[in-house]
Amino acid sequence: MAEEKKLFKVKIDNISVEVEPGTTILNAARQIGGDVVPPAMCYYSKLQGSGGKCRTCLVKVTKGSDADPRPMPKLVASCRTTVMDGMEVGNITSPEVQDARKGVVEFLLLNHPLDCPVCDQAGECDLQNLSYEHGAEATRYEFKRRTFDKIDIGDKIQLHMTRCILCYRCVFTADQLTEKREHGILGRGDASEISTYIHQSLDNNFIGNVIDVCPVGALTDKTFRFKNRVWFLKPVDAHRHCEDPKCCGKTVLWMRGDEVFRVTARKDKYGEVEDFICDTCRFDKKEKSDWIIEGPRKIDRHSVISQGHYVNTVKPKDPLVEVLDGRQPKLLFDIHTTSEVNRPEIDLSKIDGPAHSDDFNK
Amino acid sequence: MGRKLLLDKAHIEGIRYYDTYRSNGGYAAAEKALKTMGPEAVVEEVKKSGLRGRGGAGFPTGLKWSFIAKPEGVPRYLVCNADESEPGTFKDRYLMEFIPHLLIEGLLISSFALGANSAYIYIRGEYAWIPDILEQAIAEAKNKGWLGKNIQGTGFDLEIYVQRGAGAYICGEETALLESLEGKRGNPRIKPPFPAVKGLWGCPTVVNNVETIAAVVPIVNIGGDEYIKFGIGKSTGTKLISACGNINKPGVYEIEMNISVEEFIYSDEYCGGIKGGKRLKACIPGGSSVPVLPANLLLKTAKGETRMMTYESLNDGGFATGSMLGSGGFIVMDEDQCIVRNTLTFARFYHHESCGQCSPCREGTGWMKKVLHNIEYGKGKMSDIDLLWDIQRKIEGNTICPLGDAAAWPVAAAIRHFRDEFEWHVKHPDEALTRNFGLAHYADPLPLPEPASV
Repeated sequence: MAEEKKLFKVKIDNISVEVEPGTTILNAARQIGGDVVPPAMCYYSKLQGSGGKCRTCLVKVTKGSDADPRPMPKLVASCRTTVMDGMEVGNITSPEVQDARKGVVEFLLLNHPLDCPVCDQAGECDLQNLSYEHGAEATRYEFKRRTFDKIDIGDKIQLHMTRCILCYRCVFTADQLTEKREHGILGRGDASEISTYIHQSLDNNFIGNVIDVCPVGALTDKTFRFKNRVWFLKPVDAHRHCEDPKCCGKTVLWMRGDEVFRVTARKDKYGEVEDFICDTCRFDKKEKSDWIIEGPRKIDRHSVISQGHYVNTVKPKDPLVEVLDGRQPKLLFDIHTTSEVNRPEIDLSKIDGPAHSDDFNK
Repeated sequence: MGRKLLLDKAHIEGIRYYDTYRSNGGYAAAEKALKTMGPEAVVEEVKKSGLRGRGGAGFPTGLKWSFIAKPEGVPRYLVCNADESEPGTFKDRYLMEFIPHLLIEGLLISSFALGANSAYIYIRGEYAWIPDILEQAIAEAKNKGWLGKNIQGTGFDLEIYVQRGAGAYICGEETALLESLEGKRGNPRIKPPFPAVKGLWGCPTVVNNVETIAAVVPIVNIGGDEYIKFGIGKSTGTKLISACGNINKPGVYEIEMNISVEEFIYSDEYCGGIKGGKRLKACIPGGSSVPVLPANLLLKTAKGETRMMTYESLNDGGFATGSMLGSGGFIVMDEDQCIVRNTLTFARFYHHESCGQCSPCREGTGWMKKVLHNIEYGKGKMSDIDLLWDIQRKIEGNTICPLGDAAAWPVAAAIRHFRDEFEWHVKHPDEALTRNFGLAHYADPLPLPEPASV
């Protein structure tokens, strides 16, 4: 019998969980699930080296480990800090963390254009969710928000640099999924931007995944641009046999009627794709006949996308049908023709203020 | 005269060249280390000496060296951080410009102690003429058998490479420096892993400041027990201070860490007093990123003790009433200096130098700069002061690297100690454009805390 691996006991917000050594605090919290999972804007479990940059996942380590129970002096990025045996972590139970997170959200939104009404990402935007949950209701920033010169990165992907929060996910995606990275971070500080050095279009068969990994609306699908709002579309799971060996062919079609508006990879509840898909699937297969449809995609019921999509809900029984014993209800009398109270000659809109019995006794 | 260990021979003409350096006792320490001491003995001496990192943080060097991982078959590297970009600090430039062989010798001994066969000097791009000096010195040393293969017949190999930076402050942060050295964008790495485990090209690496490495030479020469007799307490040895600002004699001074701040500013041996006979208003004792102190807290601690030029004494009282020795960039401000303008200058610097990797620093530094700009130019509001305090509080400690802290501390200290001046700027916007707040009460002796009643 194989020797059992020693698991590390970790306490996050006083909830114990046992995880394998080498797990990060964030992933340990995801094993617990629910509210104790810190939000992550830059960490992406499928991308190596991502995380640590946005600082929204900061947590307080109140006890380092059983061997060294000292707390960590600063808040740590939970996505890049591995657990130790006996570690105790405060996330939603720590006011310090909540305060710092509020600060980080404010910083992230400082130069964000807040153009959600015209942004294609609205409705499935991590930054929107984050600011609803942790942000302040108003900004304290009184200055002009920064803007960038527009650059064209090809006919498939639209770049809105003003919305970017510089999570570096798209850079890692290009590094790890494609043969050649053509875009990167140029400039420094708050002038740094996602760009190509010599204006080049991004054309690699897997580059479309940068759209899926982008937590905000900085990189959006040009073929879907301004076509529809995501919450008006019905997401359905579908697959096709893709010729590209690296592509799984399993996607979500965003449909309205029989029309396929866009194709994305399947995302889990943390907004991370399950498998990356190729650009042929994403951009070129926009016919229903290209796909084998599996069924409706389950979307978290708190998401605006699932509004009006009642999946697996039980309709309350209508007792009237039973009571009437098969008979159809019919209109017995019209109140307007029979009521003595009804005074058609008094125009309610002419009465100043709420209607009073005096108004009818004139 | 204070005793000197590093710059004692700096005045000798031609000390820059090998022959003069050698005939004045140069490379004796290297000879001693390589031929009579082993690597462990050198590390032991450095540990005994209590040498603390001279780059700013003051971490014990011997301890840092003992952390380096020593896996089999993996090369180890020594990197010398010569990316001295802190405003107010220019001590390493002096050292490299005038006695480059001291650094080379220090690198040789340190590499020997660490078992590194390659050492890198990462030098900031703005020091355009110094790499030439260093490379010339390296060529001389190589010619005389102090570098290269089988150094002086001991079987130890070492190559020293000089790498020019491209002028980014952030590349003075050790992991950003390593990234830059590898040819990548100078973004600080997320720690852990620390460079001692995974540094340059994933190999164990030690990054030390120029002055730290140079200080290894006198330690080996005189021995750790002798070195510890310099200075007070845990602040052992001598420290290079680059004094600037409103003083009569700006320059690089080597001090033994046993003199008081007052002596350093006013004695003729060092700064020679405030220029034009003006009064002292404030001072930033360790380079732009450490908290600024008003005159009354600079010369005496909150407990009423004389403040000394040591790591501990300058840090007495924590950040509430103290500061840091930092990298030794001693900036003195007289009564005519405006703290708000000075803080704005620093905020602008940190905004410009932020790498943009993590959000609090990328967005917060620019915000602080804009708010400070408003206050300085007569458009400030009272609430802006509290806003600034809140911004710096949310940057500090929440960033990947210490640049966020370095940007937050000067603003925090300025508001903490000079709030009156900020308020005066807000209340008298027109006057603030034409004159300065002046010395006000910043030099008045502070009331001493009452002794606790029994």
